[in-house]
Amino acid sequence: MSPLSRREFISAGVAAGAGLVIGFYLPHGSSGKNNGSFEPNAYLRITPDDKVTVVLARSEMGQGVRTALPMILAEELEVELNQITIEQAGASRLYGDQTTGGSASVRTTWDPMRKAGAAAREMLISAAALDWGVPRSECTAEKGSIVHAKSNRKQSYGQLALRAATLSVPSDPPLKIAKDYKLVGTRVPRLDTESKVTGKAQFGIDFRLPNMKYAMLARCTICGGKVGSFDDKEARNVPGVTYVGKVSDAAIAVVADSVWGAMEGKRLLNVSWDEGPHKNLNSAAIADELKQAVSKKGVALYAAGDVSKVNGRRVEAVYELPFMAHAPMEPGNCTAQFQGSRCELWAPTQVPQDVRDSVATAIGLDPDQVKVNVTLMGGGFGRRLEHDYAVEAALVSKAVNAPVKVIWSREDDMRCSTYRPASYHKLSAVLDGQGWPAAFSHTIVTPSINAQKGTTLDGGVDPDMKDETALVYSFPNALLQWVQTETPVPLGWMRSVYALQTAFANECFLDELARAAGKDPLDYRLHLLSKDEDINFFDATWKTARMRGVLQLAAEKANWSKPLPPGRYRGIACYGCFSTYAAEVVEISMENNEPRVHRVVAAIDCGQVVNPNILEQQIQGGVIYGLTNALRARITIDKGQVVQGNFDDYPPIRMAEAPVVEAYFVQSTDAPSGAGEPPVPPLGPALCNAIFAATKKRIRSLPVLA
Amino acid sequence: MADISLRVNGSERKLSVSPDTPLLWVLRDSLEMTGTKFGCGAGLCGACTVHVDGAAVRSCSTPASQVAGKNVTTIEGLSANGLHELQKAWIAEDVPQCGYCQPGQIMTAAALLAKNPHPSDDDITKAMTGNICRCGTYDRIRRAIQRAASTGGGR
Repeated sequence: MSPLSRREFISAGVAAGAGLVIGFYLPHGSSGKNNGSFEPNAYLRITPDDKVTVVLARSEMGQGVRTALPMILAEELEVELNQITIEQAGASRLYGDQTTGGSASVRTTWDPMRKAGAAAREMLISAAALDWGVPRSECTAEKGSIVHAKSNRKQSYGQLALRAATLSVPSDPPLKIAKDYKLVGTRVPRLDTESKVTGKAQFGIDFRLPNMKYAMLARCTICGGKVGSFDDKEARNVPGVTYVGKVSDAAIAVVADSVWGAMEGKRLLNVSWDEGPHKNLNSAAIADELKQAVSKKGVALYAAGDVSKVNGRRVEAVYELPFMAHAPMEPGNCTAQFQGSRCELWAPTQVPQDVRDSVATAIGLDPDQVKVNVTLMGGGFGRRLEHDYAVEAALVSKAVNAPVKVIWSREDDMRCSTYRPASYHKLSAVLDGQGWPAAFSHTIVTPSINAQKGTTLDGGVDPDMKDETALVYSFPNALLQWVQTETPVPLGWMRSVYALQTAFANECFLDELARAAGKDPLDYRLHLLSKDEDINFFDATWKTARMRGVLQLAAEKANWSKPLPPGRYRGIACYGCFSTYAAEVVEISMENNEPRVHRVVAAIDCGQVVNPNILEQQIQGGVIYGLTNALRARITIDKGQVVQGNFDDYPPIRMAEAPVVEAYFVQSTDAPSGAGEPPVPPLGPALCNAIFAATKKRIRSLPVLA
Repeated sequence: MADISLRVNGSERKLSVSPDTPLLWVLRDSLEMTGTKFGCGAGLCGACTVHVDGAAVRSCSTPASQVAGKNVTTIEGLSANGLHELQKAWIAEDVPQCGYCQPGQIMTAAALLAKNPHPSDDDITKAMTGNICRCGTYDRIRRAIQRAASTGGGR
């Protein structure tokens, strides 16, 4: 166990008079490949003043980790949630991978959090039993105290903390079983709500240092372009502007005493860009390139039987999706204070360790000389898995030798982002005499996010595809393959990543097959899931029974078997990603040839639910996010750059278009799986299947309102 | 630069700023009141909503010179004593996810209820549709406004 052993944690705790300190342990990373390498990730600290502190190594971006993770620990520790104080960890070597992404926060911390709480509880029981000279078995843990009922004695955790800290940590403490849960599974209000309705919650953009300067950057918006020359005379004349200078090949910083000064300075900067090799790139050419690549040899992601040997009635279709932007409400920002041999940052980030390492490289320091504090985030959706804001802040702070907050405008966020990759999908099926698919094939043509960022693809497969492209139906013959393309457009991981595109193509096509077979789209899917089977997809095992379960739940709650009032239509879709199963029924009417979404019924099976309140938020949010993606999220490229600039030409769903979202979940005691992303992918296909029901027109490319 | 006086949450504030500085940055940078958020800078998302003489305005697109001598209310001053009925309702419905847009949402809702204490569903939609929430909290926002209206939040 490195770099600090459990014993060292505990003795350190005692030496500092800090009471009971327990390190708990997470598998390194969220993918299964590093299983077996355990590293301390966070600490539980109980001090003599009865304060219970949980250090969180995951970032809060709205998904509720600052409530859900402490709940898991409190359940085993037997403390009230309001007794817990949360401390946010910065980038550290003490923790494992601190990345917040992949819908992984609850599923990867579930076991370690429970074990940490249980280990501490057992140690506190032992400490009390020793103190009182009674058998452990007569002592119980209740609401932050150990109780000996026989003698009517009680000591608080704080009173027992120092003694408990001298005991050894049980390696395999007994865990509670689901029927004994008092907190887990209950609808607990979030702990951060009051601060967020009073304006007191401090996001990255709200952080301030004494004598801090503000910086806006003029970045080359053309892919691969650079700064040619620039004239900063007018910019420097703006009141409050203190510095204008190039901070990288493709960006010039304008630093001022106020954000407005920096904005005005940037506006008045005259830059001549060196447009580079992609200045004529456009969306039509990109779409054509994807289309041409479909005939290239791909890498198989999944294969069953042999699709080439099946003959019969063939159905084929092509689906296309554009680039999309995350557009979190809080624009990019980061505050940095460079001080010669060290640099400290206050970053709204999903990847504090990557921020530390890339900042160190950019400004020529050792990673240990860079301190990264993690702030609250005004949305993430994957955008803050990048570290561009932080690197810029460090470079500018170094250039002006003062604390600096870099702020991105909305236009910067739209035009200088990383994007969900555009994709092209060719689907083909052979139907048997009864209309069931005897063969199903899907070729995904899209560039690789990970390859573009320099990751070597293991077996030629983008690692994200293992979690996000599963085919959860049991087809006798199936082939899912990926043709990798390349693009100079910067790519990023956007909420549900490849699952959105894959589900859109699969689930619209399933609807096409059902119609071609003259069958009900729900019945068609249920038939393909009718046998209880395990479908192995890379490291994951998908269960047809669980997919069937969410489909049936969604259909039942949406009254699928009953006719709708005149003018109303519905569509259904399901998908599995991040080990979670989701199904959605979308109910629409058509108004002026445009769909109006009235109601979405979503059912999810993500194993044991930690907090139904937060899960419902994630489902409601995922549906609305998916609706924006499907209806009109489109980033187009023209002359090598992104066309869209703000919420007028990249318009998210607003209240007037927001449907009622009903969230249901399967009662389960299976280990928790992902919740933040799985509700997103079924929405697009369910919507387009509803549009087909209404209009007999098949939507095969997004966005719907093109 | 120009000297501008305005009343913010009941206090007289005197500032020396460039007169075209948006009220948003006056609040956030000069007065260090960061509850009002920057979202789009173009009056499209509503994250920067404050009240000027009781009306909801987009502070990112309102020059400081336009609010000279006026009463500005921000999320920090929405309620002089404790929480506003809307804030209580937002807590009861557990509305926020990331929370970034919520001060703007609440300020828009407060202006609505002040004018229309018992808004219909349509009234709520019309008033709120200028405020974007990327976390998709619209269902709960609507319920919170209805709850606040039923507990007299508009009075």
